[in-house]
Amino acid sequence: MFTTYIVPALVFAAIGLLAGVLLTVCSKVFEVKTDERIDKINEALPQINCGSCGYSGCTAYAEAVVRHGVATNLCNPGGKETSAKIAELLGVAAMETVPKIAVVRCSGDCNARSADKFEFDGIQSCKAAKRFYNGHSACAYGCLGYGDCVTVCAHDAVSIVDGVAKIDRSKCSGCGLCAKACPNQLIVVHDITNHVDVLCSSQDIGKNTRAACKNGCIGCKKCEKVCEFGAITVENNLAHIDYSKCTSCGKCAEGCPTHAIQSCDGVITVKPAAQKPTAPAAAKPETKTEK
Amino acid sequence: MKSMLVILLSAMLVDNFVLSKFMGICPFLGVSKKFDSAVGMGAAVTFVMACATLVTYPIYTLILVPLELEYLKTVAFILIIALFVQIVEMFLKKAVPPLYKTLGVFLPLITTNCAVLGVTILNIDSNYNLGQSIVNALGAGLGFTLALVIFSGVRQRVNAADTPEMFKGVPATLIAASIVSVSFMGFSGMFS
Repeated sequence: MFTTYIVPALVFAAIGLLAGVLLTVCSKVFEVKTDERIDKINEALPQINCGSCGYSGCTAYAEAVVRHGVATNLCNPGGKETSAKIAELLGVAAMETVPKIAVVRCSGDCNARSADKFEFDGIQSCKAAKRFYNGHSACAYGCLGYGDCVTVCAHDAVSIVDGVAKIDRSKCSGCGLCAKACPNQLIVVHDITNHVDVLCSSQDIGKNTRAACKNGCIGCKKCEKVCEFGAITVENNLAHIDYSKCTSCGKCAEGCPTHAIQSCDGVITVKPAAQKPTAPAAAKPETKTEK
Repeated sequence: MKSMLVILLSAMLVDNFVLSKFMGICPFLGVSKKFDSAVGMGAAVTFVMACATLVTYPIYTLILVPLELEYLKTVAFILIIALFVQIVEMFLKKAVPPLYKTLGVFLPLITTNCAVLGVTILNIDSNYNLGQSIVNALGAGLGFTLALVIFSGVRQRVNAADTPEMFKGVPATLIAASIVSVSFMGFSGMFS
């Protein structure tokens, strides 16, 4: 009993103890002084490691801020509070932050879109559906509706409504995890101050887009002409807004015959196009309210 | 002295741990992308092998054998190896942070590197004395470094070459590894 069990246990305890003592001594000798501000800043960050700051994770960003003096306002999910906290820890003036928000560039919900090409019975994820003949939907560019973006969202801000992803703007932190998850690259993250966006990503020619979805951008270039600031260009049958020039006046949204260009947040109320007299409640014409 | 040299060279070339005994393949493929990290990894493994042998040999002969606990040598040796890997890790973190970053996870993985455990156990199995054991461990470590350094060179050439699409990356690397291994077969029988 004693020799079979106790002795080996004692021997190993002794070896372990010696090793432990040696390691403790070594850890004192080889101690690396880390800047404690890195740890504190790291704690202040949201720890969702979204990478929207341009660094591989929250720890990497904290290191970059302390070591290389990177701007304190790069954390989108953290926003103003985090920027202020980092600035306070570093003892510098807080930098201004523009909150970012995700926008789904597809408005082809089941009311607008034509019937599916086929029924998809495979793995119920957008990635899998996309790989199978570009998805079941009539529009190869549109939202697949299996909610890969919903799964990755850490803030519960994305949901699938009528077959298209919708962002809850009160919950969205602008981290961009959903944008990375979307196999059709439908989700973009931009400044919350951009009120108008092209809610379609179809690069098909107008005729095909129209056949697939009532809300699609057909590349008619009406918006290009109506924009007073030259902010809109149509490339590959799809309108693009240059936000450095856009003033969110909403004229393009008014002019768009398919309503592909819309106010993405309801801040601007768009007067409906002349041939479609609807939208009774939101009849305040062209009022632009600043948040 | 002559026998020591034979042990050193045979551990390095004839019984090269990576290319003849296929031990420690994981860092061999993982860290051989760059010459610098290959040298660093080789040095770390050589250090751990030599130190571990220096400690495990007395522990085996002076503690485990008299108490008839030979069956526990694997566990005891892993404990010692882990200790030295920790020390190397701390040292590198302090002294050569860039190398510490390049080696990444492969540094703590030396703990479970079968080449290191293999050396310590083979020393016991071959009935070497302490001096021979240490020379054998040094030879094994140098052989490991040699394999990594040679292969890092080969790999840089393979990566730069215009390989067919289907062989790009891991397949080409593994084929290159097999050819390097074959070339080491030329040493077999040299010191027997």
